[in-house]
Amino acid sequence: MAEVVVYVDHVDGAVRKPTLELVTLAQRLGEPVAVVLAAPGDGLDPAVALLAEHGATRILTVRAGEFAAHPVVARADALQAACAHVTPAAVLVPSSPEGKEIAALLAVRTGSGLLTDAVDVENSGEGPVAVQSVFAASFTTRSRVTRGIPVITVKPNAAPVEPAPAAGVVEELEAVFSERATAVRVVSSTPREATGRPELTEAAIVVSGGRGVGGADNFALIEALADSLGAAVGASRAAVDAGWYPHSHQVGQTGKSVSPQLYIASGISGAIQHRAGMQTSKTIVAVNKDAEAPIFDLADYGVVGDLFTVLPQLTEEINNRKA
Amino acid sequence: MSLRIVVCVKYVPDASGDRRFAEDLTVDREDVDGLLSELDEYAVEQALRIAEASGDGAEVTVLTVGPEDAREAVAKGLRMGADRGVHVEDEAVHGSDVMGTSLVLARAVEKAGFDLVVCGMASTDGVMGVLPAVLAERLGVAQLTLLSEVSVDGGVVRGRRDGDRAAEVLEASLPAVVSVTDQSGEARYPSFKGIMAAKKKPVVSWDLDDLGIDGGDVGVAGAWTVVDAAAGRPARGAGVVVTDDGEGGRQLAGYLAERKFI
Ligand SMILES: Cc1cc2nc3c(=O)[nH]c(=O)nc-3n(C[C@H](O)[C@H](O)[C@H](O)COP(=O)(O)OP(=O)(O)OC[C@H]3O[C@@H](n4cnc5c(N)ncnc54)[C@H](O)[C@@H]3O)c2cc1C
Repeated sequence: MAEVVVYVDHVDGAVRKPTLELVTLAQRLGEPVAVVLAAPGDGLDPAVALLAEHGATRILTVRAGEFAAHPVVARADALQAACAHVTPAAVLVPSSPEGKEIAALLAVRTGSGLLTDAVDVENSGEGPVAVQSVFAASFTTRSRVTRGIPVITVKPNAAPVEPAPAAGVVEELEAVFSERATAVRVVSSTPREATGRPELTEAAIVVSGGRGVGGADNFALIEALADSLGAAVGASRAAVDAGWYPHSHQVGQTGKSVSPQLYIASGISGAIQHRAGMQTSKTIVAVNKDAEAPIFDLADYGVVGDLFTVLPQLTEEINNRKA
Repeated sequence: MSLRIVVCVKYVPDASGDRRFAEDLTVDREDVDGLLSELDEYAVEQALRIAEASGDGAEVTVLTVGPEDAREAVAKGLRMGADRGVHVEDEAVHGSDVMGTSLVLARAVEKAGFDLVVCGMASTDGVMGVLPAVLAERLGVAQLTLLSEVSVDGGVVRGRRDGDRAAEVLEASLPAVVSVTDQSGEARYPSFKGIMAAKKKPVVSWDLDDLGIDGGDVGVAGAWTVVDAAAGRPARGAGVVVTDDGEGGRQLAGYLAERKFI
């Protein structure tokens, strides 16, 4: 049976959810072979167990200090080495900015077509089909790779994670790093502070605030609602540019792209660049005091009202119902 | 020798207009107002700042690949303050994917001569965001992408990349390709002087022959991917919009509970 390489995104050995979604998706195309790039000291036993439990028949690991010392290209070098070892029918990579670059480098080096930001991947007689959402999600396209190995990056929440126990046979591989990889040095690295909330791109529920929130302190209202729902917090660019919330939480064309089960936009007008990052959400709720705000065109449920009264009441009611 | 900077820019359909596909499933660029991609204005800005800071007569070239209209993207860069322009125009380029476009850009950048290539973080119409990395690969030089800060000093480029997990400071010796985000600093407006001066700045036009590229390696024919179908996303079913009469929050909680979100 054909093998499908899945690039594993993990933090110190903790596999992130979108990778497990890819292992599930890969089974539509063939047998998943997971590729794990790690630091020499990372404990990988839990990752190996988790990947096997979800369907990885083989797990290729590459351990090297280069991954932390040099960005992006070192990872592409190792992924390429793994692909040479396997000769896969397709390669799936989680769609993060880094994941897309790694995938692109693999594609150009192997003379292979690249499709990014798939929201679904299907098997057709002519190889894998990537379903993509383009022009701020106003169009859906279906595309194929016509040359080389199909290299496809897939957005979070593209498929439910399903257990499918498989052998998960581990092999250690060596990678040789290119001059281009080591040419760029990481001079310093400041880890992001943990918020205690779910990761924005992976969250099932996202609660976002925009200019209507009116100030950094008022984001406490957004956070309180998010916490009542176990949600991640997002922000519009207007709120980020005003310095009310960190850029890492920006949703939209130049921020994160999210497609949660539920997206709640408060004090956000719904500009095309914001929509580009959230329009594929399953259910959209908007709270805005302007009945004409374009966000209501997308909303499954909209409240025309002042967020300073609607949100506290909503949060209180949710907390009461849960109690 | 003074620093040679090439900025790669794209002429894109205006995002506030209707964007659609043509019959051949390439992006329809007829009758659509275009402009220099806003995300590439950040690239022009950083290139100009680096040139100004170097103070040794650094030269900034604005490069675009695209149809005749795309010349306007170059012109905008010149009005902002770049020194010269290059416009690569060739029928055969129409419908190129990132592999074709990066090939054309790589040859053009080499022909123009460069120490540093500056790109925007993504185009506002395609939004793959991978062209700078592929371009660096084709040029065989270092890549520092998605930088929110960038500077060049003594032949070394340094920048900050705000990644998913960590903010990293990266560094490499030139030559290199960088891409800058919309966090890198507001782009300047062309001054009156800049607008007047731009009219006299040289813009050269090259076609694929000038770059030694076979037309079959680019365009729709040379693409390594194919779009089989494109469909307008069904309009979202008309949602419920209620006006808050004092109970809006509780009603919304009811809606969320019904949908099992609570
Ligand atoms: C190249 C480019 C990239 C961009 N990328 C992004 C991006 O990634 N993400 C992004 O979000 N934007 C992006 N933008 C900016 C985008 O165009 C909008 O400017 C931005 O999304 C507006 O944010 P907003 O909706 O919070 O603010 P506004 O458009 O000002 O809307 C504020 C809304 O709040 C409502 N409001 C005010 N007070 C209250 C209240 N008390 N209660 C309820 N409602 C209230 C108002 O009625 C209004 O609808 C980009 C723009 C460009 C040009």
